[in-house]
Amino acid sequence: MKKVVITGAGTINSLGQSVPDTLEAMREGRCGIGELEFRDVDRLAIRIGGQVKGFEPEKRFNRQQLSLFDRFTQFTIVAAREAVAQSGLEFRGELAARAGVVLGNSGGGMTTLDENYRTVYEDGKNRVHPFVVPKLMNNAAASHLSMEFNLMGPSFTVSTACASSNHAMAQAFQMVHGGMTPVMITGGSESMLCFGGVKAWEGLRVMSRDGCRPFSANRNGMVQGEGAGIFIFEEYEHARRRGAEIMAEVAGFAMTSDASDIVMPSKQGAARAISGAMADARVNPEEVGYINAHGTGTAANDKTESAAVADVFGAHADALMISSTKSMHGHLIGATGAVELLACIMAVRDGVIAPTIGYEEPDPECALDVVPNEARERHVDVALSNAFAFGGLNAVLALRRVSGN
Amino acid sequence: MQIRDRVIEIIAEQAVLEPSDVTMDSTLESLGIDSLGLVESIFAIEEAFDISVPFNANEPEQSDFDISTVAAIVDGVEKLVKEQT
Repeated sequence: MKKVVITGAGTINSLGQSVPDTLEAMREGRCGIGELEFRDVDRLAIRIGGQVKGFEPEKRFNRQQLSLFDRFTQFTIVAAREAVAQSGLEFRGELAARAGVVLGNSGGGMTTLDENYRTVYEDGKNRVHPFVVPKLMNNAAASHLSMEFNLMGPSFTVSTACASSNHAMAQAFQMVHGGMTPVMITGGSESMLCFGGVKAWEGLRVMSRDGCRPFSANRNGMVQGEGAGIFIFEEYEHARRRGAEIMAEVAGFAMTSDASDIVMPSKQGAARAISGAMADARVNPEEVGYINAHGTGTAANDKTESAAVADVFGAHADALMISSTKSMHGHLIGATGAVELLACIMAVRDGVIAPTIGYEEPDPECALDVVPNEARERHVDVALSNAFAFGGLNAVLALRRVSGN
Repeated sequence: MQIRDRVIEIIAEQAVLEPSDVTMDSTLESLGIDSLGLVESIFAIEEAFDISVPFNANEPEQSDFDISTVAAIVDGVEKLVKEQT
């Protein structure tokens, strides 16, 4: 089997519109969550989120692209341009024929849906823009990405709610690992921060009105974010031959299904995914120094996840660090694992552990080292990234430090 | 219909029981209503009385709305309806 490494990364999210800006914000424990700004926000009970602000699509895209790109597609392309530029890859000839994109996304073009439902239902118009369908379809972003970079290999979108990007990246990993293609572009993108998107989430009554405080005893729910994270997964020898800068090794992954409840998490399902990822990556639990938690800030997730980690790691659970960067960028749903993988890269490459901010009160049911409020410098060889979706679909990725880097 | 009867009817429907099986000292748990059923019941109550129920599933015990028993729910709804008028 081929060794898989990351040779490019790109992002846009509420913490920054590039990887360096985002990692700097994570190091500083900055919060990207603020007042939501969009039409009809005054009709919502939940008015905060990790919204991308100061983003000017008209400066990044031409007129035709703007008419075809929903916000989640825009995020995807912006992040992918950064990732591809960093990798130094050009997709031509055989590489173009074999390389593809697997993207995680949950909601598709929610803003497009919202705007056009408004047009026909609220405004009573009987005509919508001709590109509504190609704009809102869940695979639009993956398709535009393939066009932007001339990727003609296997390309598709994976949709498993909050685990979408981890499932997507696991697929891309498998393709490179198995020798199907030397390069895959992967990650996730999401933009649900519109009236209809937030209104739907409000209904579940799991959202916080005042902030995301994962693992803190006074946490009261999740806060949504938006954005994208895109990575270049490349076969190690291919990367080495061309002298590419290697950020980290993707060492393995596991996926499990709880087969129990549509919204409540299961400790066993999470634990099986965590231990499965370590087995796949052939690492011992003691080698894991950092876990980027799913850590949504809901009562149910955080205690279940903490219990799963305690079960899997035993005594080592007290030695490892686990943080939820959702406290800073919010929950990006189908893009969350992708943006959170950046924190794992920072841990194994830079030896910097992103904190769980907003941590105010210890919770005996989450008695782990959650790296409260301040980043920490610590050498880490292996990092895990957890994602546990509604529907009980879990996916955990393992990253390994690349020595000499 | 009295607020009490309407609330009981909503809870009974969620529990797939007859309203007569729902007593004022019943707890939602004893009626077999889980967290999703609770959120649905609250939604139905809000729709029936055109009120907004302050309930966050993350901190049910800290919400201003007591859900410990059917009686508590009925009291809470009566209060909200009165506040609204």
